[in-house]
Amino acid sequence: MRNKHIILVMLAILIATVPFALYSNLGEDEGYFTGADDKASEIVKETGYTPWFNSIWEAPSGEIESLLFAIQAAIGSFIIAYIFGYWHAKSKYNKKQ
Amino acid sequence: MHIMEGFLPWYWCLFWYIISLPIVAYGIVKLKKIIEETPEAKSLLAVTGGFMFLLSSLKLPSVAGSSSHPTGNGLGGVIFGPAISAVLATIVLIFQALLLAHGGITTLGANIFSMGIIGPLVAWIVYKVIVRKEIDSKNSKSSIAMFLAAFLANIATYIVTAFQLAIAFPEPTIESSFIKFMLIFAIPQVSLGICEGFLTVIIWENLAKVKLDVLKRLNVFN
Repeated sequence: MRNKHIILVMLAILIATVPFALYSNLGEDEGYFTGADDKASEIVKETGYTPWFNSIWEAPSGEIESLLFAIQAAIGSFIIAYIFGYWHAKSKYNKKQ
Repeated sequence: MHIMEGFLPWYWCLFWYIISLPIVAYGIVKLKKIIEETPEAKSLLAVTGGFMFLLSSLKLPSVAGSSSHPTGNGLGGVIFGPAISAVLATIVLIFQALLLAHGGITTLGANIFSMGIIGPLVAWIVYKVIVRKEIDSKNSKSSIAMFLAAFLANIATYIVTAFQLAIAFPEPTIESSFIKFMLIFAIPQVSLGICEGFLTVIIWENLAKVKLDVLKRLNVFN
């Protein structure tokens, strides 16, 4: 099972990195790799619509935003890793008894 | 799939809130019941929520040349059903709306509907259709079912978002607007959905290995 999981992770990484090869040398300025959510917002704006409510708080820069996204990922992985570790240790302890 | 803050007219915001809130409320009731009946499910619930937190924070490049994120809602949908997943998604979406300016409080109802309700519902149906009879945990059928469930939950989430935007902004018609949003959202998601499917299968098989008894009690294997 472990080998299969390593292969699956590598496949996931491969699929996620193929776009870099497909669109090499293209970046944000050419309209590549921008967020789909933002693109949709732009289309909505093109219809002449103006948002009637703005975010209560917005990260002051892209750096801060990436910090917050990293914290979100960290919280998620912490919970998963903590609980799997707990289960693992518990089953080892139970076997010894 | 996040519709940004203020990017739906107020009456649509209200409409999606009215649809989503009762389901979230029902999810909270169901959550309490599951914790009372199967206290061991608590840690499983935490892992499911953590998985959604993790996956929805990962912005991945897609083969269509934009970047977007997986939703992580298939796992919860299959194990706990759509109502409880809606509660988990609400927590994730509020976190993102308040701290990341991603999504919003006004559009929360609409975003809960796509990521918290329809996505998990599709996952749950797909899994139940494939795994109809009781199966052995070693059976790879449950992994295949989980892959398809996670993949389709991801795609369904984005189709709903495209639909929500299309009916709110039918310029010039709902159909053409829907296609426009689909080209931005759902089609790039195909490659991300496959990634999400793989990652979900990995965590699923690990869960099935260590917490088989709890999963069986939650009727995931029959």
